[in-house]
Order: sequence, then C-alpha cells, then structure tokens
Amino acid sequence: MTNGWVDIKNTDLVLIMGGNAAEAHPCGFKWVTEAMEHRKAKLVVVDPRFTRSAALADYYAPIRVGTDIAFLGGVINWMLANKKIHLDYVKAFTNAPFIIREDFDFADGLFSGYNADKRSYDRTTWAYELGKDGFAKVDETLEDPRCVYQLMKKHFSRYTPEMVQKICGTPKEKFLKVCEYIGSTSTPDKVMTILLCARVDPPLARLAEHPHDGDDPAAAGQHRPAGRRRERAARALQRAGHHRPVRLQRGAAGLPVRPDRGGRLARDVRRQAHAQAPAPGSDELRAELREVAHEPAEGLVRRGGDEGERLPLRLAAQARRRLRRARHLRAHAPGQDERLHLAGVQSARGAAEQDEGRAGDVEAQVPRRDRPAQDGDREFWQDYGDKNPAKPDEIKTEVFRLPASSFAEDSGTFTSSGRVIQWHWAGQDPPGLAKTDREIVAQIFTRVRDLYKKEGGKFPDAITNLTWPYAIATHPSPEELLREISGRALEDVVDPKDKTKVLVQAGQQLAGFGQLQPDGTTACGNWIYSGVWSQAGNLSARRDTADPGGLGNNLTWGYSWPANRRVLYNRANADPKTGKPWDPKRGGIAWNGKAWAGVDVPDIAPALGPDTGAGPFIMTAEGVGRLFALGGMAEGPFPEHYEPFESPIGNNPLHPKVVSNPAARVFKGDMEAFGKADKFPYAATTYRLTEHFHFWTKHSTTAAVVQPAAFVEIDEELAKTKGIANGDQVKVTSSRGAVTAAAVVTKRMKVLECDGKKVHTVGIPIHWGFKGVTKDGYLANNLTPYVGDANSQTPEFKAFLVNIEKA
Amino acid sequence: MALQSLNVTKRSATTTQPPSVRTAEEPVAKLIDVSKCIGCKACQVACMQWNDLRDEVGTNVGVYDNPSNLTDQSWTVMRFAEYSKPDGDMEWLIRKDGCMHCEDPGCLKACPSPGAIVKYANGIVDFISDNCIGCGYCVAGCPFDVPRISKKDSKAYKCTLCSDRVAVGLEPACVKTCPTGAIQYGAKTDMVLRAEKRVGDLKERGFQKAALYNPAGVGGTHVMYVLQHGDDPERYSGLPSNPSISPWVSVWKGAAKPLASLAIGLAMLGAFFHYVTRGPKDEHAEGESK
Repeated sequence: MTNGWVDIKNTDLVLIMGGNAAEAHPCGFKWVTEAMEHRKAKLVVVDPRFTRSAALADYYAPIRVGTDIAFLGGVINWMLANKKIHLDYVKAFTNAPFIIREDFDFADGLFSGYNADKRSYDRTTWAYELGKDGFAKVDETLEDPRCVYQLMKKHFSRYTPEMVQKICGTPKEKFLKVCEYIGSTSTPDKVMTILLCARVDPPLARLAEHPHDGDDPAAAGQHRPAGRRRERAARALQRAGHHRPVRLQRGAAGLPVRPDRGGRLARDVRRQAHAQAPAPGSDELRAELREVAHEPAEGLVRRGGDEGERLPLRLAAQARRRLRRARHLRAHAPGQDERLHLAGVQSARGAAEQDEGRAGDVEAQVPRRDRPAQDGDREFWQDYGDKNPAKPDEIKTEVFRLPASSFAEDSGTFTSSGRVIQWHWAGQDPPGLAKTDREIVAQIFTRVRDLYKKEGGKFPDAITNLTWPYAIATHPSPEELLREISGRALEDVVDPKDKTKVLVQAGQQLAGFGQLQPDGTTACGNWIYSGVWSQAGNLSARRDTADPGGLGNNLTWGYSWPANRRVLYNRANADPKTGKPWDPKRGGIAWNGKAWAGVDVPDIAPALGPDTGAGPFIMTAEGVGRLFALGGMAEGPFPEHYEPFESPIGNNPLHPKVVSNPAARVFKGDMEAFGKADKFPYAATTYRLTEHFHFWTKHSTTAAVVQPAAFVEIDEELAKTKGIANGDQVKVTSSRGAVTAAAVVTKRMKVLECDGKKVHTVGIPIHWGFKGVTKDGYLANNLTPYVGDANSQTPEFKAFLVNIEKA
Repeated sequence: MALQSLNVTKRSATTTQPPSVRTAEEPVAKLIDVSKCIGCKACQVACMQWNDLRDEVGTNVGVYDNPSNLTDQSWTVMRFAEYSKPDGDMEWLIRKDGCMHCEDPGCLKACPSPGAIVKYANGIVDFISDNCIGCGYCVAGCPFDVPRISKKDSKAYKCTLCSDRVAVGLEPACVKTCPTGAIQYGAKTDMVLRAEKRVGDLKERGFQKAALYNPAGVGGTHVMYVLQHGDDPERYSGLPSNPSISPWVSVWKGAAKPLASLAIGLAMLGAFFHYVTRGPKDEHAEGESK
C-alpha cells in the first residue's frame, strides 16, 4: 500500500469491496474501527456475502461475484454525472485534461488494436495526442471530446444504475445509496479509503479523492527527479507508460491477491522481486530486481542474472515466480523440470502462500500434475483416499524432506502491507535437526560450488565467482543479509559537486538509494530497501511509537521503503498552486516557501515548489496519475466489465459479442472445458476465514478448535430447493473437481437477480486439507479454474460455476 | 485457594466474616462493545492459551459458532445471530459469551460447598476448584447459563476474568488480544463512562435504542455489553432481558437451609451407625458375587 494501515484512522469513509478486511486482516481492520469511533467515519461494504466486515458496516449492498468493475463503473458514471468529484485535484493531478490519439477507440467490448489470434492488444493507439512541440496536448477546460475526462464520461456512461443492477444484481436503490456515501467525500476536506483486492482496478479513487490515503504500491519503479508535467508527458510518449497509480488502498485480501504483507527476510526479498504486476510499473521493478528474482531464497546467489537458469537446481524463487503467475505446475511443460527445490512455498495447494509450520523443503522430480489435489508437496505421493488418490508405486518422483525452521525460530524482517520493514527476533531455537532456509540454501550452494570448482561445467563462472561474503560460508546470518541488501560502498563515494568531500567511505553502509552509483562502486541487493541498515545501524529494529504529526506516520518505527517514506506521492495531499494541505488537520507535507516539509519524507525533490508545476506522481513521466492508463494495462486503458469465464448468466449485457476478458490468459484446452450454467448453475467463490491463515493453521490446535471443519455457505432458498438442512454434508462440483463439506445455510447469502436470471452463490472457504489437526477436508482449489488475469496472470479463483447436491 | 493478593469479600456456604482490614478496592469491569466486535475468536484462543485449555476439535454444525457452546474447556465462545430486520435487510450480531461476574452472583448463593465460589473486592467471581464438589447447583443458580461441569473431574468451570492476571496488574487475556478494541478492561466507573460515549456514537449512527447492558436484577455485572439494540438483548443469541437469580436459590439458601443441614447431619449419623453395626464394605465379597 502507499500508506500504512495506521493511516486508515484518518479517513472519513471506508469502502470495503472485493475484500473482507475484518476477516482477512483483523489487526488492520482495527484502524477502521478507530476511524469510526474517533472521526465518525462511515463504513460501507459491498460483497456477495454479508461478511464479518459487513457486520460492523453502516451500509451493506450485495453484489454478484466477479462483477465489481461493473459496480465501480456505475459509481464513476454517477460521480461524473452528478459532479461529485474533486475537480481541482482531477485537473491538476491526473491526466484528465490530456488529449488521446484520434485513432483510439472502444466499440462492442473491444479497445482498438485487438488481435483475436493472439488474444492480445496492440496498444499503440492508447496514447496521448502530440502537439507540434512534441509534448502531449492538454485541454485544461476538460471540454475537448478527445480529452481523458470526456472519454471517461463516454466510456462509463453505459454503466447506468439500471445496467449495474442488471449485471451485479445489486438493487438500484442500494447501489445509489453507496454512490451517495462515496459522493459525500468529494470535497477537499474529506477522504475515502478503499480496501480491496487487486483485481479491481478502477480509476474511481482518483476522481473523488486525493491520495492522502495512498496509491498503488506496485507503482514503485525507478526514481527520477520530478520535472515539469509537459516534459514528462513527452517522455511518456517514448516510454509508453509504466505506471498507473490508481488505487487509494490496496490491502484487504482474499486470495489470490497479495498485498505486500509480511514475510521472512527471504520472503520479503522475493516478494519485492516478484511484485505482482496488477498495474504497470512492476515490469520495470522486476527487471531491475531480476538479480534477486532469479536467486534462491534470500538472494544468496546474487548476480547470477539469467545464468540462474543454468543452475542445475531450479531453485525455489524461480519456481515460485511461475507458481504465482500461471498457477504453478500447470505452466510447467511435462518433463521440463528434472528437479524442483521448494522452499517456503506450497504449490500443490494452489493458492497456498505459506508453508506449513514446518513444511521443510522438498527436492523432488516433479511430474506434471494437472490438479492441485495434494495437500502439501510433501504428501502428493501418499494415498489419502478420495481426498488425494495417489498410487505411490507408480510415482517415480523421489522426494527429500529437509526439516526447516519456522519464522518464529529465526531472526529477520517482516514487511507490513504499509511497506514498513520490521525486524523480528527468534523466539526460540529450531527443534531437532531443523535448519533455517538460509542455512539449507547456503549448504547446498557451497557444495554445488565445490562441485563446479572440482568438475567444471557449462558455465561455472556464475557459480564459482559469486560474491559470498559471509563470515561463515554455510551460515549466513540474517544481519549480514539485511546489511548486504541495504547496500554499502565498495569504494569511497564522493560529493559530485566537491570531489574532495567523501560522502561514504569504502566499506560503510549507504544512507539510501540516493548514494547508489552507476559505476559499480556501490553494492545493493534491492534499491527500495536501501538505507534500512545504514551507518546508524539496523533501522528496521526501531520500536519508537512517537507520532509527532498525530497522523500515524511513526517515522521512527521500523523503516518504510523507500527512503523511510510513510506515504507515497504525499505531495498530492497539498493544493497544486499553494502547496498547502487540502485539509490542514491532516497535513502530511506542505510547502513552506522554500521546501516541502512535514512529518514525512517528501516524495518529491524538496526544492520543487508549486510554482514549478512539478507533478506529485513521480513514477509517471507526466507526473500525474493516469485515469487513462495508456499502454500500461494489457486489457485496455479504461476498466471494462467482462464476465467471469464461467458466468451464471452466460451473457455480457454491455456487449453480448465479447462476454469475457478478450486478453486474459487461458491455457490450451481450458476454454472448451469451462463449466456452463446448464450443468453448473450456481455462482461460486472462494475465500478465507479469520480463524485460519491459509493452509497453515490447520496444524494449530487452538485454531482447529475455533473452526474445525470444512464448510460451504448457501442461501436459504437454495437449501430448500435442494433439500439441504443446516449442517448436512453436501457435494460441490465444478467442471474440474468436487469437494464435500458441511452446509452452512444462512441469511447472509442472498439470491440475486441478474440479467433476468436468479443467481445463487455458493461460498467456499479454503482452509482445509487432509493433513493437520482440523477435520480432514478437500482442497477448495480442486474446484477453481485456471485463467490468468491479463496483467498479472493472477488466476480467476474468485468467480466460477458449480453444482451442489446433498452428499 | 484464593490468591493472597486478591481480597475475598464473599465466600460460598460460609458464615464467618470475610477479611475486611484492607482498604477498599476499586471494582473492575470488562466492557464488550458488540458494535466493534468482528467475531474473530482471538479472545477464545487467548483464553485457551492463558488458561491451558484445549477443547475438542469438533465439527461444523451449520454455524460459525465453534465450539458450539460453553464447556469446561471453553470459558468463552462467540455467538453469531442472524437477525432479519423488518425492511428486509439483515444484521449479524456477534456476542462474546461467558461469565458476567455478577455483583450479586447466583452461583455463589446457590453453592453449598464452603469456599468453592468466592467473590473478590474488585468484583470478580471465581471458582476455587479444589473446594468444588461438582453438585451443579451453581449451574442452576446462574441466570446466564454459564458454569459447566467437567466430565473429567466433576468440577464446575467458567471464566475467572483472568483473576490471576488481574491480581498482578495485567488485563484479562481476551482484552489483551482483542484486535479491534471491542473488549476493554478497567475500573467499572471508567468502563461505564466509556460505554456511554459509545452509546452516544451508536445513537448518532441510527441505533436509537443503543444501551449499556449492566442488568440490575443481579446487582449489575462486572462484564458489561454495549448493545446496538439495548431494548432487545434477547436478539443477541438470547442474552436475558432481565436476569435474576432463580427464586429456588433463595428458598434453598433461606428457609430450606436449616432443614437441609439437618438432613445432611442425619445422613452422616445414619452412615456412622451403619458402619458401627455392619462394619466396612466388603469389596472382595462383592466382586465374588458377580
């Protein structure tokens, strides 16, 4: 997120949609309750289920799964039509006034440039119109029919309240009520926070708000000095745009979205490197961090670059990256991998992010497995009856399990959703022979290196010459790694203005990424982490709760990447002309006549005052937020509603010829295999419960006591039709598989009417499996489809079709 | 055995004067703000962990409530109630259930075993298990249906308000863990003030009948609720509107008590004469007769 969780306490309205913060982030949700109590903030929840978040909401509206964009498109339309936008902000800080090329078009569900064979777009036309001076044309009056503002109006005018009701099933009056709540924050002194999953990507936020509450975290790319907007616009044309910060908050999550939440040191690094790309920017980030991305846990084999591919072991980080996108082993061609080393990942359970308490590592020759029907990679070969029908005799894969420590048995860092890197200390020693990930990887690496030294190989240099500066080669310490990631000077770094002045002596830790040199005289593992371990020591270990501004910036608690900045794009919180905060009570930074200053690290060159016209969104070339994403998004510069590939209505009322996302990644053969509503008439979605964390806590007795067994949730009418009583065992079937679980018949699930059809929703929590102290259950991802989102390849796990019968 | 640092003011089935030389202690209270509770059950887990309790891993019986009821191992549970409003919308009312720590505790009044139930000067009602005879009278005496008799040791158990933590200046475990601040702990007067503020906020949000639940029928409680619908506590999984101690407890402890004591005396006497005249029970002979 661009802001910390604590900052939510400053909001006037919280919209939870496509997420369930109370359930998935109860500790973060605390700040929602703080805002409600102390700021009289209102809470609005839009969800297919009446969730735990909804239980505390001032207003709740139901919605069909997979139709969030239609709902938000309706909100945008309402806001534009009713002028409930913060116009000064929109004019100054977004690309609303920019003129788009003549040949950009949208018709019948397709943007210009579509190639049906490739299922992708040529994005050339999604660009600004250039003036004779080479800069983008701008119409400050917002009246030019080709300016972003007018194009938006046109694009979203189709999303009428009636259309919203038709697609989403949300009653019109409830939809309008939500609009009114949102519209109430369109004045400069009001802010809204949206807690959502990353699948929803509307420019909604930018229209009504200023990003006191933040922007998109994925838009962290190369840091450039701010410049004039038009210069930037010109550069944007060359660069075809990399960043579109459009969200206010990204946080609350069901799967498969991953806000940048905590993890071990290893996980943190990999997460940076693997940052999902729901918005542009991450490609650049990934490229920059490729070194780390290709490395095994903790970036040990640094500078391997693409040579990482040649490692005899395909190491976890690489496997993980694949897992994330195309949903793991499906993307592996049969026989491609001879060996797979899994650490800190459970590919078999599909969306499982965390290894089980002591999952350990598996080194396995993994045959192609079509279904993630296994509970833990360690156990895929074991026969667990119908929950995991395996024939161990026929499986040729050899599995090695290495006992690994739990994060609580190791020191390292956790990075919160608010980008705060926080050091943690080992609570106890690992039991028995268990070793840390670092030690396991280091031991493997040093042995492999010895083999390369002795026996040579195709390209031994990448291995034998690898920097390995640890005091004990087989036991790199977490402190050594964080220092290395943060960066140090290899030679003296001198002041460019005064070469006699040494800024950092050789061997010293760097103060931040500003001191990184392009000539190889500095070393750094990850630029956004640069400065976390400076000459002042381990700043991630700071635990000072001081909050001088009262906004919850807590500058001396841990270290917030990048540069210890707590709110990204914080210049946008001030008036474009005066540099004074939109709301003096929630100041952030302000222009004091000479520099930007306040209780945060300014996200703009401190001397670039309002008179320079420098934009706040330093990650876009034009310095403004992109309501029109240029070529940055694979499926179009404006959001458009497409039906899930398995749609209960089988129609897209906006454009019947293009029902589902034309740019989404669908694996060969899957298009035909999608379930249809005649056989699988009910919409389904999967989600987490607050009692459990993924598939991890089913091994914890106390968590098992409070939520012991698998269940699915259905509405009372569906239960009656199917003769299902509360607590009955039911079988849920999709075109891919089946699960059996107890039925929870509840008023919280609503029957919706969409496009003239009754839509029932089956809710499926994911946490169970056949190993653990909870009651045995089926893996929910037996049911879910493989569809890769066009940008991030995040799978469409959240909206599909099922049938349900009494078991 | 009560903790030395806790000041016992009432003791079950005891007529001797309670210790009274210490200066007056401020009564405490736990305030459960239902309007802030997300039903995450962290309090249930904290309770299990602090008190070394591990209930059975049950099954799903069609609701979110797990365990589905209070047990000797589950001293607090979340109760989830789905309420349909007249306008067709619904409410999901989630209430943390457990001992209310009544100012006038029905369990203590009903308890026939000396010192099995005590009340401290701070208001906490505590079960002293080694004195418990497992008769179950506390269950009958409780207007909130809270105490549970263990099948393992036939003793009664319930929330202690973490009397051991409180005795050393800590808040109860559930309060410590609550992520949204829905459970607060402090001096009862402060908690009442806090509740009034929350009630005001709820009224602003349209809950005109919001109120503090601190029922007079049991002299007030040291666990209180902020309810959105203070006029209808029953809506919250059957929280009693006007809890009071069963009249039978008064009968037992009042008029009937001398009779009962006499009956116990007679029974003891009878047993003594039986022993003197017939000798000890012959286990061996009994076994052979099978």
